[in-house]
Amino acid sequence: MGKKLVSDFLVTENIALNKTNFLIRLASDIKLPSISPGQFVNIDINKSNEIFLRRPFSVFEVDYTNNLLSIIVKILGRGSKKLTEIQPGEKLSLIYPLGKHFTIPDKKDKILAVGGGSGLAPMLFLARESGLPPENVDIVIGARSVADLVDVDSYRKYGNIQFTTEDGSTGTKGFVTDHHLLKNEMGKYDKVYACGPDAMMKAVSSMAKKAGVFCEVSLENLMACGFGVCLCCIEPTVKGNLCVCTEGPVFNINDLKWQI
Amino acid sequence: MADLGVKIHELQLKNPVMLASGTCGFAEEINDFYDVSQLGGIFLKGTTPRNRDGNLYPRMAETPSGMLNAVGLQNKGIDFFIENIYPRIKDYNTPLIVNVNGSTVEEYIEVTEKVNELDKIPAIELNISCPNVKEGGMAFGVTCPGAEAVTREVRKAYKKTLIVKLSPNVTDVSEIARAVEGQGADSVSLVNTFVGMAIDAETRRPLLSTVTGGLSGPAIKPIALRMVWQVAKAVKIPVIGIGGIMNTADAIEFLLAGASAVQVGTALFKDPLIPLQIIKGINEYLEKYKMESVKQIIGGLQM
Repeated sequence: MGKKLVSDFLVTENIALNKTNFLIRLASDIKLPSISPGQFVNIDINKSNEIFLRRPFSVFEVDYTNNLLSIIVKILGRGSKKLTEIQPGEKLSLIYPLGKHFTIPDKKDKILAVGGGSGLAPMLFLARESGLPPENVDIVIGARSVADLVDVDSYRKYGNIQFTTEDGSTGTKGFVTDHHLLKNEMGKYDKVYACGPDAMMKAVSSMAKKAGVFCEVSLENLMACGFGVCLCCIEPTVKGNLCVCTEGPVFNINDLKWQI
Repeated sequence: MADLGVKIHELQLKNPVMLASGTCGFAEEINDFYDVSQLGGIFLKGTTPRNRDGNLYPRMAETPSGMLNAVGLQNKGIDFFIENIYPRIKDYNTPLIVNVNGSTVEEYIEVTEKVNELDKIPAIELNISCPNVKEGGMAFGVTCPGAEAVTREVRKAYKKTLIVKLSPNVTDVSEIARAVEGQGADSVSLVNTFVGMAIDAETRRPLLSTVTGGLSGPAIKPIALRMVWQVAKAVKIPVIGIGGIMNTADAIEFLLAGASAVQVGTALFKDPLIPLQIIKGINEYLEKYKMESVKQIIGGLQM
């Protein structure tokens, strides 16, 4: 009892990071429980009858001192679009904390975190929470073009951040899988993490699997409830159909039935 | 505090607000938010004789004021429930009702006989209205002979309160209600979901793997309310109202239409705290109109 919460948060900031990504900072008037990288919140956007269900967002940053929680919203459909139009001072109901988090690295681990789109949010959260020296943390962020990237300079102190863009406008030209850290150095990592579009996660998983490296990915199947009662967000796994919201969203690639 | 207690056959409820099967798991998931003993009762996730993986993803599509689902009765089977789940939940201080499913009459009986042995399960809800399975389910609930056959056989196998969950995908739901009443049902609950579909105009493909699914949420409330009203007039057994209940006013409307209790379902996805708000709201409503008991509003529609 009392392990999950439903409560209102005050929108304190809504910052456009680029054309399609927004950073939304939310303040709770009750003390935030512990939230780990990979866990998510389910937000009631509550703006129209067309947006009946909540929308899940991976947690980006948590400030326990000021009870602030932030998310990165990428416009994908009608729900996320509406959410990015929210104004500071408005309130949002959140169900939280939901889902299982990424495996926190061991003390001497060398890790690679690969993020695409808004998938960079939990990757940066993980880098920050890993407690590892920055030289043990490589982060590769992929985007279509430099205009789709967000400013992550404040995260450089947590790891070595690299970019890839499909048009070559910055960083390595191509997909994240074209980056030399993935192409040539996969074997040096103890743990690889990925969050982003399915095709990207599958490609990263395939490389990690070939290299025999531990790899976790975060799925975002469509869900209605977010806490394991509707059974809509299922993913076929070696343990049968599992709810992404409660048994995930983070899965070890060996448990998934991906053809990789 | 007004008296919120109601009775469904031999089932004494502390209030008329229950949770609908398929929207509250096996009660533990809701107990993660609050103490479920505050609720009138909980209808557990539909259970079949053996494990079912359910339908392929995608199983859900959001629609205006509601959603479609095509879960297809994913569950681990009655034996898994009895061995692994029942021991953990049996002492929750609220009636726990098993939602019984099968592909054949024999399968319904198999589940029923096993549930009959469970001391802490005071009632079953016979689901003859699931629209998302190929065999059984709704096939039994859309004809009087089908509904009668399964109710008659399950009645023989079950000693405690038997609730039959009706499908709205019929021409006259009150006929089906009378048919199951005639075979010994102690109560009827309605409605299950309406068969619907959704298409992605851009990809020109259905949004559900099964093409069609069950529509729920406030979109169906006016139709569900009408059906509950019709059935409450047609039968003598207590009626449990279900369909798009999101708040106190919705619940009271169903009670006025003749329901003795209600089930909150899809609203839980939006906010699992809604049932508690409704319980509090019904009490406030009764106090506002200086009524002592919720029974005073059941069937209290003024014409």
